[in-house]
Amino acid sequence: MAAPTSTPVDLSAALVLAPATFADWLVVLPVALMLGAGAALMMIRHRIDLHGLLAVPALALLVLIDAALLWKVWSGGPVTMTMGRWLPPFGIAFTVDLFGAVMALVAALAALAGGIYALRDIDTSGRRYGFFPFLLLLMAGVTGAFVTGDVFNLYVWFEVLLISSFGLLILGSEREQIDGALKYAILNLLGTTLFLIGVGYLYAIFGTLNMADIATKAADHRGSAPTITLGALFVLAFAMKAAAFPVNFWLPASYHTPRIVVSALFGGLLTKVGIYALIRIMVMLFPVEREELSLVIAISAALTMLLGALGALAQNDLRRLAGYLVIAGIGNMMAGVAIGTEPGVSGAILYALHSMVAMTALYLVTGEAARLGGSFSLAALGGLYVRSPWFTAASFILFLAVAGLPPFLGLWPKVALLKAALDIGAWWLAASILVSAFIVTLALGRVFLLAYWRPRADDAPPAPRASMTIVLPIAGLVAFSVVFGLFPESLIGLSQAAAEGLADPSAYIRSVFPGGAPIPAGGAP
Amino acid sequence: MEVLFSLLIGLFFAVAIYLMMSKYTVRILLGIVILGNAVNLLLFTAGRLTREVPPIIGAGLDALPAGAANPLPQALILTAIVISFSFFAFLLVLAYRAYQELGTDNTDEMRLAEPGDEPLPPLGY
Amino acid sequence: MNTLILRTVAPFITALMLLFSVFVLLRGHNEPGGGFIGGLIAASALAIYGIAYGVSAVRRAIRFHPMAIAGFGLLIAVISGVISIFAGVPFMTGLWIYPTLFGVEVPLATVVSFDIGVYLVVVGAITSIALALEERDHD
Repeated sequence: MAAPTSTPVDLSAALVLAPATFADWLVVLPVALMLGAGAALMMIRHRIDLHGLLAVPALALLVLIDAALLWKVWSGGPVTMTMGRWLPPFGIAFTVDLFGAVMALVAALAALAGGIYALRDIDTSGRRYGFFPFLLLLMAGVTGAFVTGDVFNLYVWFEVLLISSFGLLILGSEREQIDGALKYAILNLLGTTLFLIGVGYLYAIFGTLNMADIATKAADHRGSAPTITLGALFVLAFAMKAAAFPVNFWLPASYHTPRIVVSALFGGLLTKVGIYALIRIMVMLFPVEREELSLVIAISAALTMLLGALGALAQNDLRRLAGYLVIAGIGNMMAGVAIGTEPGVSGAILYALHSMVAMTALYLVTGEAARLGGSFSLAALGGLYVRSPWFTAASFILFLAVAGLPPFLGLWPKVALLKAALDIGAWWLAASILVSAFIVTLALGRVFLLAYWRPRADDAPPAPRASMTIVLPIAGLVAFSVVFGLFPESLIGLSQAAAEGLADPSAYIRSVFPGGAPIPAGGAP
Repeated sequence: MEVLFSLLIGLFFAVAIYLMMSKYTVRILLGIVILGNAVNLLLFTAGRLTREVPPIIGAGLDALPAGAANPLPQALILTAIVISFSFFAFLLVLAYRAYQELGTDNTDEMRLAEPGDEPLPPLGY
Repeated sequence: MNTLILRTVAPFITALMLLFSVFVLLRGHNEPGGGFIGGLIAASALAIYGIAYGVSAVRRAIRFHPMAIAGFGLLIAVISGVISIFAGVPFMTGLWIYPTLFGVEVPLATVVSFDIGVYLVVVGAITSIALALEERDHD
C-alpha cells in the first residue's frame, strides 16, 4: 500500500475515465469468449461427448458477435478498448477498424463450418487429444490478431494461434504428422522470432508499440532511423507466416498431414493472418517503406503465385494440391500489397476474404471426395460424379471460384488486382496473375476430369450417404461464394472502405486518441 | 554500453544461425534457444541501458526516480521468455517423438510426409 | 535416479516447494513474485515427485489431469478480466473489495484472481510437458 500523497492525484492523466459501454465490449468479447470456452472445454477434457455440443454454439456465438462488431464499425467507425483503463499508448489497446472486423467475421464463418464438419469427422481419439479446445484457442489467436491495436500484442496472438496449431497438427501422432509438424513448428517459430526482432527495433526507434501512436510518429522518424530495414524485416517475417516464396516450403511439407478439418482451418485462416499483419503493418504504418520495398514484394508475389500454381499441377495427392493452391492465392494477395494503391489493397483484402472461405471449402471437399472415393490420390480416384451428382456440382462451383472464373466470388478480387496492377503499369504482375489463374484452372480441371468424370475402374461398394455435418458446411461455404459472386457490391464496398481506412488511418488514430494528439514521446526511454 | 551489447547480440545471432543450419534436430533446437536469448537481449538493449535505479516507485513518492530503468522492455522480455520457454519445451517433446517414431534426428532422412518417389498425377485416362 | 535418499526426501521437498510456490504467488501481489514464477516452482515440485516415484504417482497425487488444471486457470483468468463488464470499466481493470475477516481487513482484487489463474495455467501446462518427457524416459 502506497503511503498517502500530499497532492491530490489527477487520474485523468493516466486513466480512461469515461465508462465503457457495451459497444466497446464488443471489441474484447470475441477473444474473451473463445478463450473462456476453450478453457472450459479443457477442464472437461474427459467428457468428449460434450465438446462438440459446446464448441459449435460457441463458434456460432462468435459469428454473431463479430457480425455485431462489423455492423458497429461500419456505422460508427473504428472502436477501441484499452485494457485496464490505462490511457493509450500505456495500456494495451484493442482497436477494430473495418479491415479487422470483416476479416474476423469471415474467419469466424470458416471456423464455424469447420467446427460443424468436425462433429462427425473427428473421432473419439481426436477429441481425446483435444481437437475442440485447440480449435477454440486457435480462434482466440486468430481473432485476437485481427482486433488488436498493439504490435507486441499482435505477436502474442501469433504465438497463441501457433501453439494451438501445433496441438491440432499432431492430433493423432501419426508418423507423417510428426515429420510435418517438426518442420512446420521450427520454421514458423523462426518466422515469429523474426517478427519479435522487428518489434524490438520498432520499440527502439519509436519508443511505443501502439499502432495508432506509431502511425502518427512514423513521419517524424523517417530519415533519421533505419525504417526501411525495419520494414524489410517485417515483410520477411510476415511473408514467412503467409508462406510466400522463397519462405513457403513449410506449407506443402505439413498441411497435408493432419486431419482434413485441421488442414481446412489452417489453409483457410492461418496464412491469411500473415497477410493481414503484412497489410496492417506495411500499408497502414509504413506506407513509404512499403513503396521502397514494393519491387521486392512484387517479385516475391509473382514467383509465389506462379510456383504455387505449377506445384499444384504436379501433385497426385489432392491434399498437397490444395496446399499449393493456398500458396498461389497468397501470391495474389502479396501482389495487392506490392501495388499498394487503394484499389490494389482493396483487391488484396477482397482476395483474403474469398480465400478464407474458398480454401476452407476446398479442403473439406477434398475430404469428402476421399470419403466417397476411398483415396486422396488422383490416380486412384474416379467416378465421383456417379456417386454423388450434388457433391459434384458443389465441387465444380468451388473449383471455378478458386480458379477465379465467373460468376463466382473468386473472379472479383482477381479483376480488382488486375486493374490495379495495370493502372500503375505493372503489366508483368498482371500477366503473372493471369498465367497463375490459367494454370490453377488447368490443375483443378484435371482434378475434375480424373476424380469426378472418369469412370471408375473397380466396383467398390458405395460409401454411406453424406450426413448433414458434411453437407451443411460445404453447402454454406459454396453458397457464400455464389451469393457474393453474383452480388459482390457489398463485399467490394466493404473492402474498398477498409482499404481507405488503411490509406488514411486518421479515423483509426482518433478512435485510440479521442482527445487529439497522443502524449508527446517525452524522450523515448 | 550499448555498443558492447550490440556486439554480444551479434555473436548470439551468429551462433544461433550457425547451429540452426545443421541437419540434426538437437542442434537446431539449441540454435533456437540461443536465438530466443539473442532476441531477448535485443529487446532489452532496445529499451536503452541504464544502471542502478530499478523502476520501482518508492513509498511516499508519486513518480519514478530520475534515471530509472525502463520497465517496459523487461515486461516484453518476460513475455517473450515465457513464450520461447513453452515453445522450446514443446519442440523438445516433438523432436524426441520424431526421433522415436522416425528413428533418426537427421532432417535429410525425414521424408515421410514428402516422399521423394511420389508419383506424378495421371496424364490422361 | 530413484535412489533411497531421493525417495525418502522427495515428499518433504515436494510439500515444501508447493507451500513456497503459494507463498511466492501471494507475495507477488505487492512485491516481487507472482503467478508465473510460483507456477514454475510448483511444477518443478511435481517434476521432482515424478522423478522419485514415477509419473503415475504424480497423476494420482494431483487427481485432475494437468491440462484440466491449466484450463481451469485460464477460465479463472478470463473471468477475472470479464467481470469488469459489470462495473462499467474496460476489460482487465483491477477491481477491489475490502472484506474484514477475523478482524483483519483483507484487500481482494481481480488482479489476485487473475494471478491465481496464471499460476494454475503454468502448473498445468508445465507439469503436463514434464510428465510427458518423464514418461518417455521409462519406455
